[in-house]
Parts: sequence; C-alpha cells; structure tokens
Amino acid sequence: MANKVLMKGNEAVAEAAIRAGCRLYFAYPITPQSELIEYMARMMPKVDGVFVQAESEIAAINMVYGASGCGRRVMTSSSSPGIALKQEGISYLAGANLPAVIINVQRGGPGLGDIQPAQGDYFQATRGGGNGDYYTPVLAPSTVQEFADMASLAFDLADKYRNPVLILSDGLLGQMMEPVEFQDTKTPEELKALDNQHLDWCCCPNEDEPNHHHHEINSLEIDPVVLEKHVLKLADKYAEITANEQRWEEYNVNDDNEILVVAFGTASRICKSSIDDLNKTGHNVGLVRPITLWPYPYEAVSEAVGPKVKKVIVFELNLGQMVEDVRLGVNGKVPVDFMGKVGGLVFTPEEVKAKIKENL
Amino acid sequence: MEVIATRPKSLTDLNFTYCPGCLHGVAHRLIAEAIDELGMRNNMMGVAPVGCSVFAYKFFNMDMQEAAHGRAPALATGMKRARPDMNVFTYQGDGDLAAIGTAEIVHAANRGEHITVFFVNNAIYGMTGGQMAPTTLPNMKTTTSPYGRDVDDIGYPIRVCELLDSLVAPYFIERVSLLSPVDIVKAKKAVLKALKYNKEERGFTFVEFISTCPTNWGMDALESRTWAKENMLPFFKVQNFRDNGKEA
Repeated sequence: MANKVLMKGNEAVAEAAIRAGCRLYFAYPITPQSELIEYMARMMPKVDGVFVQAESEIAAINMVYGASGCGRRVMTSSSSPGIALKQEGISYLAGANLPAVIINVQRGGPGLGDIQPAQGDYFQATRGGGNGDYYTPVLAPSTVQEFADMASLAFDLADKYRNPVLILSDGLLGQMMEPVEFQDTKTPEELKALDNQHLDWCCCPNEDEPNHHHHEINSLEIDPVVLEKHVLKLADKYAEITANEQRWEEYNVNDDNEILVVAFGTASRICKSSIDDLNKTGHNVGLVRPITLWPYPYEAVSEAVGPKVKKVIVFELNLGQMVEDVRLGVNGKVPVDFMGKVGGLVFTPEEVKAKIKENL
Repeated sequence: MEVIATRPKSLTDLNFTYCPGCLHGVAHRLIAEAIDELGMRNNMMGVAPVGCSVFAYKFFNMDMQEAAHGRAPALATGMKRARPDMNVFTYQGDGDLAAIGTAEIVHAANRGEHITVFFVNNAIYGMTGGQMAPTTLPNMKTTTSPYGRDVDDIGYPIRVCELLDSLVAPYFIERVSLLSPVDIVKAKKAVLKALKYNKEERGFTFVEFISTCPTNWGMDALESRTWAKENMLPFFKVQNFRDNGKEA
C-alpha cells in the first residue's frame, strides 16, 4: 500500500503491527485505546492470527508472556490504569529476557483519572514500572505516522535485545486521524523467519535425545549469587541499549536559539506550532524532542543548548516528570523551567507561546 | 536383562526438593509417566506455578515456563495459541489456582482452552510456611488461622472442581486422591485420560489431586494421609465431574 490512508492512531498502529509480523494479540478493553483492540478483533482472523480478549489486563500480559516464551511476535495494548495492572507481567518479561510490544495510550490519572490525553505515566514507563532492577525501551510518537512506524521498530528492538518494548502514546494520538503510509507487509518467508528466530531458547517442538532440549522460561533464581549474576547481565544489556538506541528529533536547533524547548509526544507537536509562530516574529526558539524516553538522549539535550540559550523550558502533559531528565542532561548550564497541563487538558499553542515569551 | 521400572523420560535427573512425605513427587511421576506412555513428550510444554512446586520447571524434562503467582492458565493460553500444534499443561497448587489465580483458571476453563490443568490441593500454603489456603477446611488451624478457620468470618473452602463444573466449555473434570496406593493407581487413569484428550484436541481438561502437607500440618507421612482421608475426602469428594469423551 503505497498510498496514504486517513486513520486513527489506534487503528494505524494495529495495522502496522500486523504488517510487522505480529500474529498474536491479547488485551482487555479500555478507553481511549478501544479502536486498537477492536481493529485487532476484526483483522487477526483475516491473517490467521490470534486475538483473545482476556479476562483482565493481568491475564492479557501473562498470555503475552506465554506466547513470547514460544518465540513469536506478540503484542498487548491498554491505557494508563490498565498499564499499571500489567506491570507485574512486564517485570517478569524483563526478568525472563522475553521480547514483547506493549502500547500505552495514556489518559489522565492518578487512579481512574479520566479518558482524556495525558503524559502522566512517564515515570512508570522510564523507570521500569514493576518490581526489580530493569528497564524497557520506551518509544514516544508525536504523529499518527510515527505511531504506526514505531510498531515495526518496537518489534525489532524487542527481538534484538529480548526485552519488552513500550510505545508511550496518548489519547490524542490514539483518537486523532492523520494520513498514514504503511510499510510493506511481511512476506510469508519473512514471517517464517521471524517465527524461527528464537528456536534456540524458546518453547518449541522437541526431539528425542541426543537433540532433546529443556528450555526454561523463567525469572526465578533462588540462589542470591546466581540472581546477582543474572541481574548484572541484564544491566549489561541495558547499557548496550543505552549506547545504541537513543533517538531524538531536533527542530530549529541552531547557535542563535534564545530558548530551547524540550517536549515529547503530543506536547511536542503543540510546541512546534508555537515555535513556528515565534520564529516568524523574529524569536529564535529550538526544540529537542526525545523519541526514546528510555534510553534518554541526555547528551543530545545537552548539546542542543546553544551559546545564546538563556533558558531551557520543558512542556509536558503532567506535572514535570521529564524535567528531572532534562536537568540531568542540561547539567546546570542554564536554568530549566517547566510548564505542564494535567487532568487530561492540553495546552494551546498560544499558552506555550506566552510561556516562552515571558522568558525571551 | 529386561527393564521393568525406570525413571520416566519426562522427568529430568534432578532429585526432587520436596519435604519428606510430600506427595508432589507422586503427582509429578504420574504426569511424567502418562506423557511418556502417550508419546507426547516431544510435543509437550508445561507451566510451573508459584508455591512448593515452583521448581517443577526444573523437574519436567521438556520446555517449561515459570509463571507469576496464579497466572499459569494465562501463560498456557498464550503458549497454546502461539504453538497450536503443541500440547500444554499447567501444574498448580491451591493458593496459586484457587486464590490469586481464580480469574485465570475460571476464564481459561470457560474459554475451553485446549490445555490440561493439574491442581494439587493440600488445604494449605506450603512454600510460605503453612498459611490458610482457599481450600483450608473449617476449623483447621494454620499460621494465619491460628484459632481455626472461622467460616463465619472468612467463609468456606472453595471446591474448584464443582466451581468449574458449572461452566459449559470444560471437557473433562475429575478429582482424585493420592492418599493410598489404590488411589494412586486410579489417579493415574484420570491423568492418562486428561492428557489423551489434550493430545486429541478435545478441549479443557482438569485433574485435582487431594494431597497432604506433613510439614505444615505437623504430622508424619502416614498420619497426614490418615488425616486427609478423614477430613479432606468428606468435603472434597473424589469423583469424576465431567467426561465428555465417555463412551455411551
């Protein structure tokens, strides 16, 4: 499909996941990601895939664990309260070195919150989220196109590092329609290769001795000395991901920037509109948009602070969760300021402009 | 020389780590023998629970997954759906299956997942040191029911076979006992039947073993079996609840 189609983010990412070779999807209904589960319910039977509506988010993520332990591309999705429930399974996936893709179409919190867009799950997403020392790569899209493109990237990263990967979207990206161009769908040969890529460790058909295998999919190590080795080996993997997988976008970043804005996802696209307007009126403002929220592009943020930058301003749809990371990146070079919006409300380009102008 | 008894191929060479007098070893062996006899080992994968049998993934000699507490039927669902040409079983205790994992077992059974669930009921949490289980008998003393299970306060034990028997989808449900050699021979037949139906893709199959916990009951092996016969079997009746493959 080389032509562009107009689709909701929730449906576009579902279609893109199927094209990327996802043939197993387990989830539980929740707003504002319902179009995603409904798309999978419609489309999976048409591609000989598996769709199961689970009895809970906990069951869904554990079905993902079972399928991933069998070496196949598998995905689940939910929205903030449901993602909180999935944390048990995400920790077990990380502990057992299992690939999987988890999509969070964020809504307002805490608790039941509301069903409007928010970015309040930043801490949870970027600091592991469940019990124990672990990280999951976190991809943050800012357009429907990017949301869709991230499905394939997320599966590739998950398979490469044998680790769960999160796509951190929000209710706005999930619900809005934009033109999307899809990547080519995997051929039957490519699908077969994907299904066979993990046969050396996953649950799969067996043989008699001497080729009999006893693969154990497991996050339990009862001997503390063995568990220490296991956790340190995971840490090596996270270091490798940190070195190799930082992604970000720079928008109008140059040596004459007076202000540098840092924002991700939906917040960043609003900031772009404000920056365009300001640049037209002679104010030079740049933007760094982290695309991977973990690993966080600290150096990229630091290097984007040009010689004339007076201040870095962070815009988020939360109370300043990413500010901590921006401060680590900026490392005291210039002050770091923040503007947030919560409750499922979204700031307008005018509000963003006003905040920037205060500091010019 | 003819070999007439040997370790099942479906068990690894590891020694069991269970307490003296525990019947997990018997249950493991019955399942392993049945898998061997039905020629299912190379196509079989299993799920271990959290509880005393948490290390079952080390003892069964095939590909195994270790589940979070109570989630084995959800894992098994994912496994069976991911590899429909293979067979899956779970092995779970009463705390795992009938308390924290109640939703998972009920819904896996209700979907009629093509898996076999082996459920070991000894009326107590063994691994954590003898706390009250959803299957702990009325007035039975445990570390968290130190004055005896008060049914007015905390309710009656859950009869899982009866609960699952209210669902339409399950294909085979049977409760057996491991308390005597005769019982064990009968239990083997139920295990064989459940796994045969599994192999034939008939549907959801479930076998509950009435077992013991000498360590946490504070009894020796023989005493514990006598106690279970006198106290557990009247509440948890040994019987077949459903056999949709039974010849008319």
